[in-house]
Parts: sequence; structure tokens; C-alpha cells
Amino acid sequence: MIVSISNATPAQEQMPPLHEPQLDEAKPEQAVKMRTGGGLAGYLRKVWAIAAKDLRAELRAKESLSTMIAFSLLAVLIFGLAFDLRVPDAEMIAPGVLWVVILFSGILGLNRSFGAEADRGTMAALLLAPVDRSAIYFGKFFANLVFMLLNEALILPATLIIFDLNILQLWIVVGVFLGTVGYVAVGTLFAALAANSRARESMLPILLLPVMVPVFMAGVALTANVLDGRVLEEFQRWLWIMVVYDLVFVTVAYLVFELIWEEV
Amino acid sequence: MTPHKITATNVMAEVQANELVAEPVNVPTSSPPLIQVNRLYKRYGRKNVLRGIEMSVGAGQVMAILGDNGAGKSTLLRIISGIAKADRGEIVLGGVSLKAAGHELRRYIGLVSHAPLLYDSLSAEENLAFFAAMYDLEEPSARIAGVLRDVDLWTRRRDPVRTYSRGMIQRLAIGRAILHNPPVLLLDEPDTGLDQESAQMLQNLIRTLGAENRAILLSTHNLDRAVEWADSVSLLVGGKIAYEETTAKLSGVQLRKVYAQLYAEASESA
Amino acid sequence: MSTLAVARTNRMGIGNILLMLLNVATVVAMGLLMWAALVYARPASNLAGDEQTAQRIFYLHMGCNIGALVAYFASLTGSLAYLLTRKLGWDRLTLASIEVGTLCGIGTLVTGMFWAKPTWNTYWTWDPRVTTATITVLLYIAYILFRNGIDNRQTRARFSSIYALFAFLSLPITFYSARWFRSIHPVVFSGSNPDAQGGFDIGPSMGQTVGIASLAFTLLCATLMIYRWRQLGLEDQMAELREEIE
Repeated sequence: MIVSISNATPAQEQMPPLHEPQLDEAKPEQAVKMRTGGGLAGYLRKVWAIAAKDLRAELRAKESLSTMIAFSLLAVLIFGLAFDLRVPDAEMIAPGVLWVVILFSGILGLNRSFGAEADRGTMAALLLAPVDRSAIYFGKFFANLVFMLLNEALILPATLIIFDLNILQLWIVVGVFLGTVGYVAVGTLFAALAANSRARESMLPILLLPVMVPVFMAGVALTANVLDGRVLEEFQRWLWIMVVYDLVFVTVAYLVFELIWEEV
Repeated sequence: MTPHKITATNVMAEVQANELVAEPVNVPTSSPPLIQVNRLYKRYGRKNVLRGIEMSVGAGQVMAILGDNGAGKSTLLRIISGIAKADRGEIVLGGVSLKAAGHELRRYIGLVSHAPLLYDSLSAEENLAFFAAMYDLEEPSARIAGVLRDVDLWTRRRDPVRTYSRGMIQRLAIGRAILHNPPVLLLDEPDTGLDQESAQMLQNLIRTLGAENRAILLSTHNLDRAVEWADSVSLLVGGKIAYEETTAKLSGVQLRKVYAQLYAEASESA
Repeated sequence: MSTLAVARTNRMGIGNILLMLLNVATVVAMGLLMWAALVYARPASNLAGDEQTAQRIFYLHMGCNIGALVAYFASLTGSLAYLLTRKLGWDRLTLASIEVGTLCGIGTLVTGMFWAKPTWNTYWTWDPRVTTATITVLLYIAYILFRNGIDNRQTRARFSSIYALFAFLSLPITFYSARWFRSIHPVVFSGSNPDAQGGFDIGPSMGQTVGIASLAFTLLCATLMIYRWRQLGLEDQMAELREEIE
């Protein structure tokens, strides 16, 4: 099997034809020569390579997505049981249940994101590669985003079934997507931070959940509004909060990620 | 598919072909040593691991670093490779300072560390394909096939690394380090866990690679191997280089004597 | 060694004299505040019974809140400055102010509960300021726990500074979401907000007492932070000296 990474557009296509012989071509072995990077295309290729590597590893090892999904389904079921007797109307609790399950199940996947690299010492291999550290962040970010979205693709129908509510509505799905982007942006960075601390797995939720409060509130309010049959004008502020959150934290994460891996 | 032969001309040709923007930094005409370490200090918590290391390895040279466990061999190699930071001092690779160069200089470094730096749920081929992408290799499949043959894993290339023996993992780790044909090769105890056959293969590989004007720095516990494999040996005692000699004038027996003596002196003075 | 010499000059130096003055000022201001809050400030004209009694805790509540705010900005400055300069002194400032901020934050919450029970008839409400203050305290605690789990001194400083930066950036967004989510907190001094419950009219003596409270708690926080900052500096020095011996 030739893996798909090798099918990526070779850099050659964008580059000018080789020009006059360089000084060092005559004595090729003598020195390490600096080379300016592959530009944006090269950067994106590496982001994709890292994300694809994580996705492929997940297909084989089933460490993060699979545990996330198993946890999510269990959690929805347990919430259904917990509220079955005393809550007359599922609409009252479904928004909260949905977002609690999203937040808590996400922790499992995020922990594995850098935890797997730290456990096997492979982080050094990524850091040795000639690429900006932020490419590592974005590669991990996209892999985690895919895991989360797939996870949510099961949480939503599960909530629909257990609570018998039409939760698959356009703006709820948009809200879940926007919230997930912010969640994964912050979560990926915090996972990288927590991977270097002693109590890694238990540290992440303590770090992450208080910072996720705005996304959580916006998500719950949005979902409740949509379920109540309100119109877009009434709940669009929640979408904007998520958009602002996403923009702020993706930018800051990009800016500070370089600082995390100064040394391993 | 022609088996890929590693030559130094290939290294630069590949590098040349990879150039997107041809802006070579001034290459000094008199060739500087590929690895130059200037007064390197490193402290880990309470321990002074390195205390003023000075060394240089020229092109075509294989140098072995020796020392007890915890003498700082791994730390030194990690700092040269750029994944750890020194407290003081400077690493200059081929005349370019590691600190000033930014991430593109990492292209010229290959590292075999204690951890194999491989993803064990992926196959050998997938691992190398991933790293080929990270290093922007042109025509990766040909190069990967070449490396897999060089380290004798071609027949097992599609099995996940998880199923490999210790020796096979170590060979693949070496394959990973030489995949992008780096002129600077750092091998941290590459011979641990290798059976006789694999060790022989590694020796041949080091000899070929070294002959192609690379600078190879390897650490080992095996003094006989150091004499046999390297052009020169450096003995690390108490965070300093206590002894340096070319292997042409040295036998394993002599080296052992020096080693024992220096460490005895060190423990006396401590 | 020179570090010891520095420590000795500090003991005699102008910094210590200033600190002594600050101590005195803090004690005086806190005493003044107690007198003003319990005696000088006149009762609110529109309240009676328990509400009337409880409103006096408001001065402490306000003071703690100001202290927490000072600590918040000090720790934000500390973490940013550390990432820019890599001087551990800034990291110690962040930790010192977050510790003081935790105390003040808890003080704010507890005094708020005592005030809210007679006024709103509940200890707890999801008011945006209460929510944000609680989340802030949780972030502070997360910061302290996270720090303790990292062994390398520089890594600890770097990582915790990054976390503090993220945490603090999220707080304004938290506040605005919480405000839209649900709000019953009184806008105490305007009286014009029809949604506010439990507001009270304020006379000049009460205004002056609020001023004293702000000043006293700012001084108190500054004093605590300076002492803790110095202590952390000594801890780091001790760790370094211990390393040198070994």
C-alpha cells in the first residue's frame, strides 16, 4: 500500500526551475546549508500529515475516538435514567445534558492526543522535524476536531432517541460545531500543557472546564432557545459569543504554542 | 524501483531539489566542522549534567562518546539535536548556530534516541511515510523503499511496529533517522538491544554513512565497539570531556584501562 | 555569596522601611474601615430588620472584591511579563497575587452569601458577577494545582503563565455570557435599574466608607502580596543553594 501522504502535491510544481549551479554544489558535502521553508503549502502539508497520522493511528489502536463514543452513549443513557422519574418535560434538561456530555467526553479524547505521544516518547520525533511548532498544534487540532465531530454525530441522535426530542435542527448543529471548534482549540493546547505535568489525566478537566464556561453557557442557552422554537434574532448572540471565543483562542493558541515545546 | 544508495552527493542533490526559494545562507568556503560544541553547560534540577563541553566533529568523522550512566551522554546528544536547551554555550552545525537558525536547520540532523520515536500502531512503511512528509522528501516511496532495504525490514514493512522485536524496532529507528539523509547523525546507544547480526548491519551502515562525509556522533557503553566503529573516542566524566583520542592509536584494552582510571579518580575526588 | 549579601542589605534598606510603613498604613486603614463600616456609616434609609444589619457586610464584600481585582491584574501582568522577559521574579508575582486573589475571591463569595440570604432569600444565585467570581476562584485553584505538578522550575513558570493567560482571557467572555444567561444582581448605586433587587439608597457617609474599604483592601492585598513575593524569592534561593551543595 502506498499511503496517501505520498500523493500530496509535490513541492516541485510550485517552484521555479533549478537555476545556475550553487556554490556548494561543487563541494556538496562540506556544510549544512540553510534552506528557506516550504511556504504555506509546505506548512499545510505537514499539518495534514500530523492529523492524518493521528487519524490512522486511531483506526488501528482505537484509543481516543472509541472510548469517547462509548463514554458519550453511556452518559446520555445515565442522564436519561437519572431524570426519568422527576422531570416531566425532557426539553427542560436536554440542552444541559447535551453539552455536559460533549464537554466531558471530549476530555477523554484530548487526554490521549498528547498523552499517547508522551507515553511513547514520540513527541521528540515531532519536535525534531523541520517545521514550525504551530503546525504540530494545528495537526493535533484537526485530528481532535474530527474525533469530536464524529463523537457528536452520535451524541445528537442518542439524545434525540433517549429524550424523544427533535434536537437535530440546523442552528443546534451549527452551535455544536462552533462550540466544538473553541473547545478543541483550547483543549488541544491544555492537553499539551497537562501532558508534561505529573497528574496528567486528572489535571486536564480541572484546567479546561472553568475556561470552557462561556462555550457551555452559550451552547445550553442556544439549544434551549432553538428547542423553544425561538427565531434566529433572539438567540444569535450565543452564536456570536462562540465565534468570538473561537477567534480569540485559536489565535492565542497559535501565538503561545511555540513556547510550550521549548524543551521536552 | 532501484534500491536507494545513500551517498553524500544525494544528500545535497535532494536538498537542492527541495529548494522552493533559493536563498542559501553564506556557506563558508573553508569547511567548518559539521558539529561544533562550544562551552556547553546544562543543569537538570539539582544536578550539573554538563559542565563546559567542548568538541568538534568534522565531515567524514565518527566519534564515540563514552561514559557511565548519567554521565550526560544523552543530554549532550539531545541538546545538539535541538530538542533540549543548554543553559549556556553554543551548538554550531556546519558553521550555522543552532540557536539562530530556526527550525530549517533541523533538516540536517538525524537522531536515534533511547525511545524509538516511532508510532507503534502504524507499520514501518507508514511511519517512514509520515516522517518523509514532515521532512518534505521528494519521491518519498522510492526513498522509503531504499531505507527499508538498508535496514533489512523490507519484508516486514506492512506489519505494525508493535509486532516487531527489540532489534527490529532499533533498526527502524535508525532508518527513521537517516531517512532524510542528514549530514549530522546523532546515535544515542544505537547498539543496545541489537543481536550480533543487527549490530554488524549497524556497523556497516555507520561505516558507509561516515565515509560519505557525514559527521556521526554516537554514544555507547561498549568500549570495544567504540574502538572498532569510531574514528575517535571522547570520555565524559563529571560533565566534562576527560579524555579524547583517535582510535588508530588505541586498543580496547587500553581504553578500558583509561576509563577505569578516570572514573576511579573522579569518585576519589568526589 | 552575593545573594546572602543582597539579603542582608535588604534587611536594613529603604525597601524594608517602606514595607514597614505599608504595614502600618494597612493596619490603620483596616481599623478605620472597621470603625467606618460598623459605626460611622449611617443605616440605609430604605431597609429594615435583617436586611439593614446585613448591608453592613457589604463594605467587606466590596473590599474583598477590589482586592481580588487588584490580584487579577497583578497576576495578568506577572504572567505576561514572565513570558516576555523569562525573569522568575515575575512568575513569583503571578503566584503571590493568585494566592492573595484566591483568598479575596473566597472572601467576596462568602460575604456575598451572608448578604444575599436576607436580601435575596438565597445563598446562591447564577448572577453574572457571582458566576464570574466563582469561576475566577476555580481558575486560580486550577493554576495552583497545575503548578505543583511540574518539577522543572522554568517549565513550571512557563506553563503556568500560559495557563494564566488563557484563563484570564476567558473571564471577560464568561462575564458577558453569564450576564446574558441570567441576571438579578443589583446595580447598587444607580437605583434606576428596574430589574435590580435589593439595592439600597446611599448617603454620603456610606459612600465615604466604600472609599475607605477600597483603599484598605488594596493596601492589605499589596502587603500580603509583597510578603508572599519575598518569601517565594527566598524559597527559590534556598532551592538553588541546596542544588549547589549537592
